Parts: sequence; structure tokens; C-alpha cells
Amino acid sequence: MKISLFIPCFIDLCFPKVGISMVRILEKLGHEVECPEAPACCGQPAFNTGYWDESRDTAIKVIEQYKDAEVVVIASGSCGAMMNVFYPELFAQTRHAEAAKAMAAKCFEFSSFLVNRLGVSDLGARFPARVTFHDGCHGLRELKIKREPRVLMEKVKGLELVEMDAAEVCCGFGGTFSAKFPMISTAMGEVKCDSALKTDAEYIVSNDSSCLMHIQGLLDRRGSKLKTIHLAEILAQS
Amino acid sequence: MNAIAQQFKDQATRMTRDLHHRELIQTALGKYAVKRDEKIALFQDWQGARQRASEIKWNAVNHLDEYLVEFTKKLEARGTVVHWAGTAAQARGIITGIVKEKKARLVIKSKSMTSEEIHLNEALEKEGVEVVESDLGEFIVQLRHEAPYHIVFPAMHLTRGDISELFSRELKSAPTDSPEELTIIARRVLRQKYVKADVGITGANFAIAETGMISITENEGNARLTAALPRVMITLIGLEKVLPKLEDLALFLPMLATVGAAQAISGYNTLYGGPRQEGEADGPEEFHVVLLDNQRVAFLADAEQRDALHCIRCGACLNVCPVYRNVGGHAYGTTYCGPIGAVITPHLRGLKDWKHLSYASSLCGACTEGCPVKINLHHHLLQTRRNSGSENPVWWQKIAFKLFAPVANVRFFWAMATRLGRVGQRFHPLVKGTRLDPARAWTKTRETPKLAPQSFKEWWRQRK
Repeated sequence: MKISLFIPCFIDLCFPKVGISMVRILEKLGHEVECPEAPACCGQPAFNTGYWDESRDTAIKVIEQYKDAEVVVIASGSCGAMMNVFYPELFAQTRHAEAAKAMAAKCFEFSSFLVNRLGVSDLGARFPARVTFHDGCHGLRELKIKREPRVLMEKVKGLELVEMDAAEVCCGFGGTFSAKFPMISTAMGEVKCDSALKTDAEYIVSNDSSCLMHIQGLLDRRGSKLKTIHLAEILAQS
Repeated sequence: MNAIAQQFKDQATRMTRDLHHRELIQTALGKYAVKRDEKIALFQDWQGARQRASEIKWNAVNHLDEYLVEFTKKLEARGTVVHWAGTAAQARGIITGIVKEKKARLVIKSKSMTSEEIHLNEALEKEGVEVVESDLGEFIVQLRHEAPYHIVFPAMHLTRGDISELFSRELKSAPTDSPEELTIIARRVLRQKYVKADVGITGANFAIAETGMISITENEGNARLTAALPRVMITLIGLEKVLPKLEDLALFLPMLATVGAAQAISGYNTLYGGPRQEGEADGPEEFHVVLLDNQRVAFLADAEQRDALHCIRCGACLNVCPVYRNVGGHAYGTTYCGPIGAVITPHLRGLKDWKHLSYASSLCGACTEGCPVKINLHHHLLQTRRNSGSENPVWWQKIAFKLFAPVANVRFFWAMATRLGRVGQRFHPLVKGTRLDPARAWTKTRETPKLAPQSFKEWWRQRK
């Protein structure tokens, strides 16, 4: 299958290994991967801040760029939710309404794509560590992804998954929310870190780097040894 | 940022630093979540029940004109006086008018968020009337001269110790650590008040159109005493509380108890159909029902968000909201707090002054998932942000997003931005944490992510 990858801005800039791991995994499974270099953003920051016109300026580019793609795999549950759930709303009653719906229908978050579309669970990965999983809210509640990452982790040799209390509670990132209300965002993140630390895990795993960026930022400030890692990076280890 | 928003931000910031508060609320609501799930499991099909409840409410709210008339006619037929109040001021006027006409000195009240919404107690006190809250939690916060902290649990932010201290100070009781003893202390005071009160004011959980009845659900029996003992009973109710059929309660009462208080059903569930009828031994001589609009009808015009009028004030969205759990109920500075408050307050009190509540959310969606009547709460917050962004845009933000689009859209600009970012990152330590730090909101409590020496797209290009 020819797979078009969408690499969100923050993964491109700060977490390229996540994207690289995805390319390697998909190619190993025998698929052809293409990744348009622009646009770099799905338009979510403007959308979430209330500037839908400006959000459409970027989102239109995404829709045009991926118009002919067979499937689009997105390296983040949050951007996945934007394209999957919110594009149809953003473009409702515009001349791009149909294109937005068509786009939404072929978008997949990475873990969901592997499990639900490709029917793959065992990637032959090895990652000997005790980990806990954080469910990113957009992936969990907008895209209903809960089982998929766990199905994939179960097959990773040496990996021990310990669920934390309140795994489904938000980490407090929330995009521009983290800068608009930094103290609320921080308090939420601290609650998250505390429940992750209680598991004695070495890693917090997630399928969303944006949450992990927030959690890692808090952990580093605390000087904690707990590390964060994206699921794709684990699945690419052998 | 307007003064109301600034006050919210200051209060919220203060509360997030209060680790005692954090521990107290997280623990209390953590226990609630476990018990709530046990009670949800008693439903054969909880998701089906939510769907049904939202359909019943949808029908009720979209045919208010019919159901309210039916409700009123049935009530009036049994001698109840029904008053229609367009605004909070009108509702206050009607109620204080009745109280003054009866020359009442003492009013006893059962729990009513709607009365908080219209600031009824202050209005009555201004007329020289003593007002006593009879719900234990409300009684406690009234003694503290505070607003309810939570829609359902008004005194959730207080420990037994706090309450004992308060009672010792205000009621001169002996300190105690026992919840039973604290309840007895309050009860002793309240029993006297019920007997002496001239007027009883209640809220209502549901208004049944079919039979013309008020449904009140409670756990302390205080609403029954409030309704039964004084000569005059007044019920204040938001007009969106109407349900078409009596049988609808078979779903709504257990549902409200389940998510509201993690109970299968509340202790006391009462229907009030009118004043004392001929041949009846008890009940009030006069019964007044005040139906409050206060922007609710105008809210109906918003086709996108009108499902927020389905709200049964169960507090479930507050309980699961990580923002509420960290900032607490008082920080919001308005009657309805938490996610539902963030959605309805801009409608009830104005978008310009209250839009900030929609931004004070990570949009995690726990509220929508927890809402028993399926209000699409977190998507409504997004729409409120959009409405605010188009009505009152913050110009620098609008320009920033306008400029960002070509940077993200054009490969060359993005590559430039990537390189510029690396240069910026090299100099960031010089200003990090200072007033000059553009990322100060982040760096105050968090380390910044590092830009990779080779971005994904640089890797991709090289590979090709």
C-alpha cells in the first residue's frame, strides 16, 4: 500500500525519531511511504484558539496536498483528531466541505492504522523495560483509541506494562492552554507525573508526543529519572 | 484580559499552588469515581440510558412552549400560583414581594442553584428577612459567607476539622471529629428554624408537564421539611427543567443519583403537586412556582449549543474535570462552575466577560464523556472560542496565526524557520525564566523541548 505520512510540526522539529521510526516500521511491513514536506501543520493551534479563518489557511493546504493519497497516517492522536473529527466541522458550509469529509475518512492515527487497518499487532520489537501508558485525550476520546496501543505493546518482547491510576486523565498540555493558563496546566501535569511515578515504571509511553513533551518538561524540571518515549520508537526497536 | 478573567486567573493560580486543597479534592473525587462506576454498572445499558435521556431532554427543550403551558395549567388547576420571571431581577422581585406580603421574618430554604444564580438570599436579607439554608452543605457555606463550592457538594472543600471549628465559632458547639455529631449540631439549629419559618423556598430537580408536579430529590429530608412546615411554599425553577412525562423520572432520578452522588437512588424523592387540598392534613396553605427564564430562551436560539439546556445539574462534569479538580469551584467566580459553567455562563452573563472560561480548558473531553445527558461540552468550548475569536479577536494573536500559515505551508519558509529556531534556541538560556523570555509561561515550571539537530524533514530530504 502507498501510505502518505503526516508529520506534525512538533514531531518534525523536536521528535524526528518518532517519524523516522514510523517510516521504518511501515517500510518493514512492505509498504511504500511518502511524506510531503509541506504543509508542516494541521491548523489545530489556530482552530483551538478560536481563529477558524486562519486555521483554514493551513488546513486547506493539507487537504490539497493529500487529495490523492490512498491513506494518511498521522503521527499524533491530537493532529489525527483535528483531521479526522474537526476538519469536517471547520469546513462545514464551505466549498471544501466534501473534500474535508473525504480527507477525514482516510486519516488514521499511527497505532490505530497498524491494528485496525493493517491488522498487525506483532512487529517483532524488543524493549526490555517496565513502562506505563498515558492515553492522550484526543486519541482516546475523539478517535476512541484505547485498545490499539495496548495490543501493540503486548507483543513487544521484554516490555512490562503497568497501568497507572487515572491513565485517562489529561496531562494538562492542551496546546495554547499550557501557555494561557500555565499554572493550571502545570498542576494537571504534576498530578499526572505523580500517578506515573507511583508505578515505578522507567518510561511513560504514549501515542502522542505533544503530551509527552509536556510531561517530560515537568519531569526534567523535577530532576526525575522517569523518561518519556513514543510508542513508535518502542515498536521500531529490535 | 478583562478584570473578571484576571480575577479567575489569579484565583486559579493561587488554588493550583494549594497542595492541601489538591490532595483533598483529588482524594474525594477519586473515591466518588470508584463508587459512581459501581452504580453505573447497575444499569443494564448505561450508554443506552444516556442516549434515551438526551432524547427526552431534546424533545422537552425543543417543545418548551407546549410543555410549560401544560405544566402551568395542571399546577394552577390545583391552586398553585405560577409566576413567569423573565430576568433574575423579576424573579427576585416576585419572591421578595410574596415574602413581604406575608410579613415573613424568617425564610427557610432547601438547596437551589437557581436561587444562587439570581442572588436571592442577598435580596431577601436586604428586606430585613432572615434566610436560613437547610441543606447541610449549604448551611455550612452560608455560615462561612461563601458561595457553594460545587453544584451538588457545596462544602466539599472543607474537612471535618474545618466544619467543627466553624460550628464552634458560629454556633458555640463543642469541637468534635464525628460527622454524626456535626450533623446533630446543625440539625438542632435547623429544626427550630423550620418551625419558626414563615416561608419555605425550594429549588427543583424536574418539573413534570404531564401531571403538573415538582420533583425534588435529596438525601437529608430538609427539602421535605422546608416544603411541609411553613405556611407558604415557593419553588424557584429554571424553565428548562421540564420533563414531559411522569415516567421520565424512572430514568432521570436514578441517573441523577448515580452520577451526581454515586448513589443508586437518593434518600428522599418527592413530588409536589400543589398547596394543601381540602381534607388534607398537612402541606403549605399557599404554593407559588416561579419559572425563571434569565437568558434561557435566548440560549435556545443557538442551534449549536442549545443542548446545554439539557443539563440536570448533576455535577458529573465538574467531578471528572481536571481543571475543576485543580482550581476548585470558587475560582470560577460565577454560580455554575466547571465545564457546564464554562459553556452556559457566556450565554447567561455575556460572551465578552466570560469567554476566558472556555480557554481555561485543555479540551480533554472528560466532561462530555461523563455527562449523563450527552451535552457535547468540550466541543461547545471550542465553538465559544470561535465565537469569541470572530466577535472580539485579539489582534496580535490573529496576526500571528495569519503569519504562521505561509510559514507552515511553504517548504522553504518552514526550512528557514527551523534554522532560525535553532539559532534562537542557542540564545534562549540567556533569557530563560526572565521577563525577556518569550517562552516564560512554559519555562517557569517546565523545561523546554530541544530542537533536534536534524529535523524529520531534513532527514527525509537527505534520504531521498
